[in-house]
Amino acid sequence: MSEQKLQSQTVQTTGHAWDGDLQEYNNPLPVWWVYTFYATVVFALVYWTIYPSWPFGKGWIGGVSNITYVNSEGETRTHSWNTRALLMTDMNQAAVAQKPYFDKVAAMPYEQIAQDPDMSGFIISAGKSLFAENCAACHQAGGQGVIGFFPNLTDDDWLYGGSYEKIHETLLGGRRGYMPAFSEVLNGEQIDQLANYVASLSGIGHDADKATAGDVLFHSETAACFYCHTSDATGRQDMGAPNLTDNIWLWADVPAASTAEGKVAAIRGVISGGLNKGVMPAWSGRLTPEQIKVLTVYVHELGGGQ
Amino acid sequence: MNFNFKHEWIETNIGLMAVLTMLAISVGGLVEIAPLFFIDKTIEKVEGVRPYTPLEQRGRDIYQREGCYLCHSQMIRPFRDEKLRYGHYSLAAESQYDHPFQWGSKRTGPDLARVGGKYSNEWHVQHLVAPRSMVPESVMPNYPWLQSTLLDISDTTNRMKALRKVGVPYSLSQPEYDANVTQFGETVARQLHIPDAQENLVEQANFGNYDGDPSGISEMDALVAYLQVLGTMVDFSKYTDDAFVEFR
Repeated sequence: MSEQKLQSQTVQTTGHAWDGDLQEYNNPLPVWWVYTFYATVVFALVYWTIYPSWPFGKGWIGGVSNITYVNSEGETRTHSWNTRALLMTDMNQAAVAQKPYFDKVAAMPYEQIAQDPDMSGFIISAGKSLFAENCAACHQAGGQGVIGFFPNLTDDDWLYGGSYEKIHETLLGGRRGYMPAFSEVLNGEQIDQLANYVASLSGIGHDADKATAGDVLFHSETAACFYCHTSDATGRQDMGAPNLTDNIWLWADVPAASTAEGKVAAIRGVISGGLNKGVMPAWSGRLTPEQIKVLTVYVHELGGGQ
Repeated sequence: MNFNFKHEWIETNIGLMAVLTMLAISVGGLVEIAPLFFIDKTIEKVEGVRPYTPLEQRGRDIYQREGCYLCHSQMIRPFRDEKLRYGHYSLAAESQYDHPFQWGSKRTGPDLARVGGKYSNEWHVQHLVAPRSMVPESVMPNYPWLQSTLLDISDTTNRMKALRKVGVPYSLSQPEYDANVTQFGETVARQLHIPDAQENLVEQANFGNYDGDPSGISEMDALVAYLQVLGTMVDFSKYTDDAFVEFR
């Protein structure tokens, strides 16, 4: 009880009493706390002077801190401090560090970039992060693609061409795949014959009689497959029509089927339903020309470049 | 002891204390928010930003319904790493017709402010149905019902009328339509005309066939249409890289 007595003697109360004797302590703030509070007030005053803070009329007070940067037009500008101006200087500093490399990328022919040991290090590191952010969502981290959706970039089978120029063209403008649904012009038996023929081209188990009939159909005006896939079925890269003879599959998920019938059925599905997919977005505008060139070389070097 | 007298006075008058408390905490809000309505440069002057078409707006409703904003922000900040990954920083002007805006503050998944045009419709459909079939390390939930649920378009006009009340320039009358033609051009103005909303929605969905299934208009059609327009309205090639510095 003596402790309580001591407290009531040393600690102030707010001075008023409720219900006769109910009082409230008024503990003063610790000194360090009070001075910290004053310090934050001083900090705020300094901050207001340096950085943009108070609204004023239709604008605001910019503060004394300025940022000077060079914009894309080559003009030097000074603006009161803000994060957008700060970004300009950040980007410029990074651009200065990377400039020698990107300038080289822009100036050198593809073959030379790929062979220059200094540059190929840059292509691998810059290309890898560009690929991971922009391409891997579809083509997967290693460029292996997804059967039924997105082509494998590491093999040497190319829909639109695997040369530097063609890869560059694909990146810039994007692509769109199309094959008509043959269920509209052919009956089930004919489609089955064609599927067996296509299977035979890649040496997959098939019905020989149906394949022979499919061969005729493939080269006839009725199905007219040869217009896009050519008469030897090796495809036309100017149309994105795939080579059907190499046992590399994108649209028909042949590898997943365990039986010969299943494999033929997968091919039949594509012939019957056609394709209106295989859309690759255009990257011009989203990426810089130098970044697209880096990616061109990176994709070319994934293993399948021609 | 004058102070003590007031202190007691406030503490013993609960009504007065409530009023004074409210006044005190309003100051912070007023000082930070009110000036934005008077400052000229709050919303950047930029070409191309338009309200969403009926289909995109319905997609946006689904985006909100499914809580996409809980994991995806739509706000690219003006930092170097964000510019390199996502593109140009977001402008206030780009979300001026968003009610409520979808800036978000949590990125479990990537920012979506400029996802429009980055991937194909087909990728979006497959990724929404089964994210891990496209991105093996993804932790995003599957949304298979979007593909199988038909979009309820019966209340499209009412939804647009509600947005019109909070300031989105969807038109109901001929003068409003004409004003939109002046501001956005005829093609866009037509999409913003509430009486034609259902017709416009069906037309855009059928033409775009966003979900790859032409048989009906699914919720997937609407959501993909919305995702594909995000961040694509402003053509930044028309502006210098510092065009928006003066607005902050």
